[in-house]
Amino acid sequence: MKCQKCEKSATFHITELTGGKPLELHLCEEHARDYLTEAEPEQSSSTGLAGALANQLAAVGQTAEELARLDQQACPICGITFFEFRNQGRLGCPHDYVCFRKELDPLILNIHGEIEHTGKTPKRSVGSTDRQTELIRKRRELKEAISGEDYERASKLRDEIRQIETLKGDGPKGASEAK
Amino acid sequence: MDFETLARTSGEWLRGSGPESDIVISSRIRLARNLADFPFISRATPADRSEIERTLRERVTSFPEVLELNYVDVAKLEPIDRQFLVERQLISRELSDAQGARGVAIDEREQVSLMFNEEDHLRIQVMQSGLALESAWQRINRIDDLVESRVTYAFNDRLGYLTACPTNVGTGMRVSVMMHLPALVITRQIDKLFRSLQKISLAVRGLYGEGSQAMGDFYQISNQITLGRAEADLVKQVGDVVPTIIEYERKAREFLVRDSHETLHDRVSRAYGILRTAQTISSEETMHLLSSVRMGVNLGLIPELQIPTVNELFIYTQPAHLQKLSGVELDSSDRNIERARYLRRHLNKEEGQSGAHRN
Repeated sequence: MKCQKCEKSATFHITELTGGKPLELHLCEEHARDYLTEAEPEQSSSTGLAGALANQLAAVGQTAEELARLDQQACPICGITFFEFRNQGRLGCPHDYVCFRKELDPLILNIHGEIEHTGKTPKRSVGSTDRQTELIRKRRELKEAISGEDYERASKLRDEIRQIETLKGDGPKGASEAK
Repeated sequence: MDFETLARTSGEWLRGSGPESDIVISSRIRLARNLADFPFISRATPADRSEIERTLRERVTSFPEVLELNYVDVAKLEPIDRQFLVERQLISRELSDAQGARGVAIDEREQVSLMFNEEDHLRIQVMQSGLALESAWQRINRIDDLVESRVTYAFNDRLGYLTACPTNVGTGMRVSVMMHLPALVITRQIDKLFRSLQKISLAVRGLYGEGSQAMGDFYQISNQITLGRAEADLVKQVGDVVPTIIEYERKAREFLVRDSHETLHDRVSRAYGILRTAQTISSEETMHLLSSVRMGVNLGLIPELQIPTVNELFIYTQPAHLQKLSGVELDSSDRNIERARYLRRHLNKEEGQSGAHRN
């Protein structure tokens, strides 16, 4: 039997069932290959983070001015600006999910189709999140104080950090002893 | 951890056993976790990174009588040793290429690895041979509980586990299955498979290459969504689609055997012939030919070869492994000669003997 599309002999016999009636096809290897790999018309949507984010921001219809203002917003804890996040696609600290919530929620919804966690939760109480973020902020301020040679402030911050760390009670020793 | 000894054993994912192991190479689950009291890696100072590494190393690298781990300080490794761990899939390329304090804790059987200071503070990974997602999930869940009893994770009631990239937030879980799909590639159905998996929000990527240019026809199928579904559902989502893909691959193989047996047998035999006789050969060509040979073994066309032997050849012929085994650093052209020698030696042994384990 010859291929339905050329003079070569048909080595592939395909029965297409997706249409209304079953359709018999007799093709040579080359044409069978073309038939089987025929690209489907729809484009796969870009699920990349940058793409999703760009779409999201465009959808909100922000003016350049609004976008510029948004870009300058910074997290009070880690200091990352929204612009930096947009560029690198990585957040700076856990608190970003709180302080950029308005901007991040549509993005998260776009990526996951959901906005609420329904999976596992840590067994131990998470402890005070404020205290954890406070530690991140004070460590950053300490670093700034040292590089600014403000040693008086640095020593004060160091004491405060130590105090929070011992207060926590969920540190390494507390945890392993509790077990 | 002694890399020279490690180089002579084969990692878990190469064992070539477990359910459906002719097509499913390995099942892997990873969890992304961060400590609550440190910035994410992108905002972490070198001092923060050292502190994170130290904290994790002290608290989560030893679980007496439950899980024995060996710690490797990745920052102190030579590039060739980092590459070696990447080839074995014990660390990611990202961790290998990163700067500053970082490390990995690995169990003896190379099934569990805990990476510190990768994209997130902690990445826990469990890898098993064949299709074994359910047991991988139970194992990693227990390890996560152990770790969590010793550190405080960044967690939010609404969004779950907080990660550096919003694409991982929620469960922080990536479930993936690595499959060998040469017949779907030969019959050019692989792109079609890609598109249908994307529609149900599963990601497909080649093992060493990008997109459909996967080296050795190895593909990894994984979940894209991490938020809004329970971990068990994500395991099921990936697990449910695997039998269908296995069936497609089997059908494509049957089709090749039935309708173009000579072409298929010729392809397998030529691949085997080149691997047994070549005097210099690149890593890419080796992977490509080994893929045909692996399928040929599974179809009974090369009775004297065993799957574990072929699986081992895939990894021992990678650049860092080859250099570890030969005991010297080699440039690319010397590697190609050494690789060909290695292949000849292991494929021309007396028939029926399986064992690339001997150097």
